[in-house]
Amino acid sequence: MAKENNPRIPVSQQPFQVQKPEDTTAIGGTISIEVNEKKVSVPFGTTILEACKENQIHVPTLCHHPDLCVAGVCRICVVEVDGMRTLQTACTFPITSPIKIHTSTPMVRKARRHIIDLLLSEHYGECYSCFRNENCELQTLAKEYGVDSYTFGHITTPKFDVDRSSASVVRDMNKCILCKRCVRTCIDLQEVGCLEALDRGHETHVGTFLDKPLAEVICINCGQCINRCPTGALRANDPSDQIWNAIDDPKKHVVIQTAPSPRAAIGEEFGIEPGHSFTGELNSALKRIGFDKVFDTNYTADLTIIEEGTELLNRLKKALVDKDESVKIPQFTSCSPGWIKFIEHFYPEYLDYLSTAKSPQQMFGAITKTFYAQEAKINPADIVTVALMPCSAKKFECNRPEMDSSGFKDVDYGLTTREMAKMIKEAGIFLPEMPKSHFDDPFGDASGAGLIFGATGGVMEAALRTVYELVTGREVPFKNLNITPCRGFEGIKQASVKLENCVDAYKFLEGVEVKFIVAHGTANATKVMEMLKKGELNDVHFVEIMACPGGCLGGGGQPIPTSEEIRTKRAQAIYAEDESLELRKSHENPHVKLLYEKFLTEGPCSEKSHHLLHTHYTKRGKFIS
Amino acid sequence: MENNLDNNKKRTGPVLFSKYTRGEGIKKALAMPREDVLFELKSSGLKGRGGAGFPTSTKWMLVAASTASKKFIVCNADEGEPGTFKDRVLLMEYPELVFDGMVIAGYTIGAKTGIVYLRGEYEYLLLQLEEYLMKMRDDNLLGKNILSKEGFDFDISIRLGSGAYVCGEETALIESLEGHRGEPRNRPPYPVNTGYLGFPTVVNNVETLASVPHIMQKGGDWFRLIGTDKSTGSKLLSISGDCEKPGVYEIPWGTTITELLQFVGAQNTKAVQVGGASGICIPKRNFDRHLAYEDIATGGSIIIFNESRDMLHVLQNFMEFFVEESCGQCTPCRIGNTKLLEGVKMIRSGEFTFSYINALKDLGKSMQVASKCGLGQSSPNAFISILENFKDEIFFHNGYGRK
Amino acid sequence: MLVYEKNALSEEIELLVEKYGVDRSSLLQILQDVQRKHNHISDFAQQEIARLLSIHPVEVNSVISFYSFLHSQPQGRNSIKLCQTISCDMAGKQKIEDALTRELGISFGETTKDKKYTLEHTNCMGMCDQGPAMLINDKVFTRLDPEKAVNILKEVE
Repeated sequence: MAKENNPRIPVSQQPFQVQKPEDTTAIGGTISIEVNEKKVSVPFGTTILEACKENQIHVPTLCHHPDLCVAGVCRICVVEVDGMRTLQTACTFPITSPIKIHTSTPMVRKARRHIIDLLLSEHYGECYSCFRNENCELQTLAKEYGVDSYTFGHITTPKFDVDRSSASVVRDMNKCILCKRCVRTCIDLQEVGCLEALDRGHETHVGTFLDKPLAEVICINCGQCINRCPTGALRANDPSDQIWNAIDDPKKHVVIQTAPSPRAAIGEEFGIEPGHSFTGELNSALKRIGFDKVFDTNYTADLTIIEEGTELLNRLKKALVDKDESVKIPQFTSCSPGWIKFIEHFYPEYLDYLSTAKSPQQMFGAITKTFYAQEAKINPADIVTVALMPCSAKKFECNRPEMDSSGFKDVDYGLTTREMAKMIKEAGIFLPEMPKSHFDDPFGDASGAGLIFGATGGVMEAALRTVYELVTGREVPFKNLNITPCRGFEGIKQASVKLENCVDAYKFLEGVEVKFIVAHGTANATKVMEMLKKGELNDVHFVEIMACPGGCLGGGGQPIPTSEEIRTKRAQAIYAEDESLELRKSHENPHVKLLYEKFLTEGPCSEKSHHLLHTHYTKRGKFIS
Repeated sequence: MENNLDNNKKRTGPVLFSKYTRGEGIKKALAMPREDVLFELKSSGLKGRGGAGFPTSTKWMLVAASTASKKFIVCNADEGEPGTFKDRVLLMEYPELVFDGMVIAGYTIGAKTGIVYLRGEYEYLLLQLEEYLMKMRDDNLLGKNILSKEGFDFDISIRLGSGAYVCGEETALIESLEGHRGEPRNRPPYPVNTGYLGFPTVVNNVETLASVPHIMQKGGDWFRLIGTDKSTGSKLLSISGDCEKPGVYEIPWGTTITELLQFVGAQNTKAVQVGGASGICIPKRNFDRHLAYEDIATGGSIIIFNESRDMLHVLQNFMEFFVEESCGQCTPCRIGNTKLLEGVKMIRSGEFTFSYINALKDLGKSMQVASKCGLGQSSPNAFISILENFKDEIFFHNGYGRK
Repeated sequence: MLVYEKNALSEEIELLVEKYGVDRSSLLQILQDVQRKHNHISDFAQQEIARLLSIHPVEVNSVISFYSFLHSQPQGRNSIKLCQTISCDMAGKQKIEDALTRELGISFGETTKDKKYTLEHTNCMGMCDQGPAMLINDKVFTRLDPEKAVNILKEVE
């Protein structure tokens, strides 16, 4: 994703200019090298790190991350190369000649040990009081290199105030080791650009514009920096103590909704390989922890599809039949709160393109404190709604002042996958061993369409399954309803579906080729928005954008570490679960139908649904005052 | 309010301080095919004068051989090494040498653009250098079809630094030119392959470029006769500290420190710091060593300390310099130098153990091999050499708990 | 900052961008010019520069904080930079430092109340043979003694 050259980042961090040969069997295509006396052949231009990995030789890394451009700053991966005076960093060194590499000489081991000692000397705090305890790359290295004392001392007073200004991300620069992964994530991977190294020499630190609190700059709360931080310097704003208090308060009726992505990833927090969903086990665990009701966010994902799909059809009708030129097309999805804040900051003049539909999380909050409260005969003031999300931006979203359409704060707390795992462990539960159980009614059943919201392209696929069928009366013409052009991790995907033999109500769409675009990661969102600016999206109808690479399953609240490999496995788990379900189309969800029959009786996009299920956006702009 | 500096140039020398007429070297070079210029340069044995000593002809050849659409020649005038001021003298008094050298480089490697990266501290030179460039343009030594050589277009612009020592490192300099923090790049790739804006770039020290016109004029063989076998030509030394006649001197390579102390009038000399803060400290017993790439290589900074100087104070000054001037990106340099400075302060206060000081020396050795660029690789030199060579003075002479 | 001041500054920066080009490689030159004229680069100026060069404001801030001659905070009209490196130190830099701080009543790193002077240390500025030396703006003064240093102060505007 970040592999292509980006003029914004220094050449020093760009991938190598070395042209890797397409055909490695050609002469000069492979190079014979020696690693630790073992002769191996590698393709021209391979880095030493890659070559070592291929040959099962472990070289430690810190600043290196598979999603990011190279940095070569932590120096932990140094190795000896014969004929070179100094040690070379394995992560940056491209092999272009037959060299001899040694990865574990006395000089190498000593240098690495010194680097760890130096980092520890300035790394404030103790491991047992850190949320990354047992999942910290610095800690792992210290263990690997047998650090048993602080050779060069250990800082005893913090140098920085912890920045808790943001609803989503907490920055504790006292634990920062300046690997700059967050900087590369923010500037290069996400192109948000609110973090950079400031000052020089020993004063160097990662900071925001003029070192302002995170809440005052243009952070979109995506939390991708958290996922890539090797230590505990970045974390999400954790509300679990307040949630415990609510659970322990007998007067409170605490309900939790769980999104599909955390369910597909939470096993990783319990040592399970990525790619296994623990939906049923999680339901039991949450009940045992003391949540009064456990609901499925997919239910409101289905609701979102109905509202957003109807909105799209309404827009198309206004544009095509009423010739209303004020209607903005394409319609952009609005479920990703990181994307919403991104467009509010960077493209405030294009907010009218966004669907006004709330995200599933917020719809759930609004429905819980109205319809559910009414049905269950509970005073909504006593209901505490918790949302288990893969996302740090959801914490900001639920705190938006406009999110109170139920008359109360619609969603009280956004909880990340990591924080949920912590609560489960604290309750003495080993999740993988829990029996499976179902979600609670009245929102118990949800479709597979809601489920695949978790992967990039999922909203689009879910929407198409519904819209196509509403318009033509037939199922989408894809095998097993799997709309494969929506799937996969390509940065920007484009495809189209032709509408033919439409039902009477939608005759105006007869023969229309519905074009759609799916993008994930805000760097790709920027590309899409620039296309829109240039008028290149005039024939596109619907655009799905997710702020995080891979979509929600790669969200900023998901288990650490992350990589494309891990995200792929999570996606597989989600698609497998979708395919295993009977109910796979949002508009067939019986509980959603029931809601429209009993509560939102005027139907989708009506006044009542607008009040509860739709929202408006704020032109924030980029200027930092 | 006028600048009141003088150039303190001490004597004529065999190469740079010998007679040269503006444009002569360019004329000579343009009359030759590019290969011959490279050949002449190669036979001169000229090596980089910034301190690292990479053969200049090799650097030029690599860029000359490239087929890239653009190439650059950058003159590194960011001399920031403590105790160095020779480039200032060259730029003030011999701009013809530096700029002619750049034109010859442009011709040889096929660059159309030359950039002088002038350190911010020398901003006062900017106006006169700009005027000089204007004159060169008037005389067709810059611009289109230089000296009527069909198709040879070349011009020079001057860019200012803004107070960062590390920008003297060639890749940090290029980052700075590109509008980034002056953080050294990963190498490989080297600037000759991926330099300014990603194009092949030759970065040469002011003095290196200034030597080129003389080599063109008088030939590589003439140049090779000066100096030693492995260190050909002459070297400008910036001499400061405890002596009667500090200033800039041109010496043939191979001169010993004793000889040098004699002609600058230094008395009661205890130690000589060769190569500035990042160089090494030579004690009296080694004053018979030679200044040459094969013995003591140097960028030309010579700081003389007499018997009255407190070497621990000197070391502290150096370490404070590095703690401030490290770019801060790589671990060994950013934190390592801080630890070394803390060690110096511990010794000063008397609160230290020998085992800890030895651990710091050990750390210094790791910094020398594991740091990303020359700054971190050479910053422990002073720490190691001063503590080794002045053990008695520092640890025992004044007893523990100095001050 | 008043609106018309902002407009004037924006216009000025636009002219600089026109002069040096919209490429990021012009960043340092633009910053140097703004610094020279305004004695600092305000947060507004930083964001304007970022906008016109299509980079992030924090990147501009990052570059400014890296270079010791560039400042985000207002400096005095005259920036006095006293060399603190070894040769000047041996030549008596401490005496000059004492004289300057006494004369101006501020420490190094500070600006006088009337915004006339800012005192700073700088690392080796290449006047080692003629130390102690200091820079006032872009002028260099060498072979200082305390009296001379203080007299020079009086000459600047």
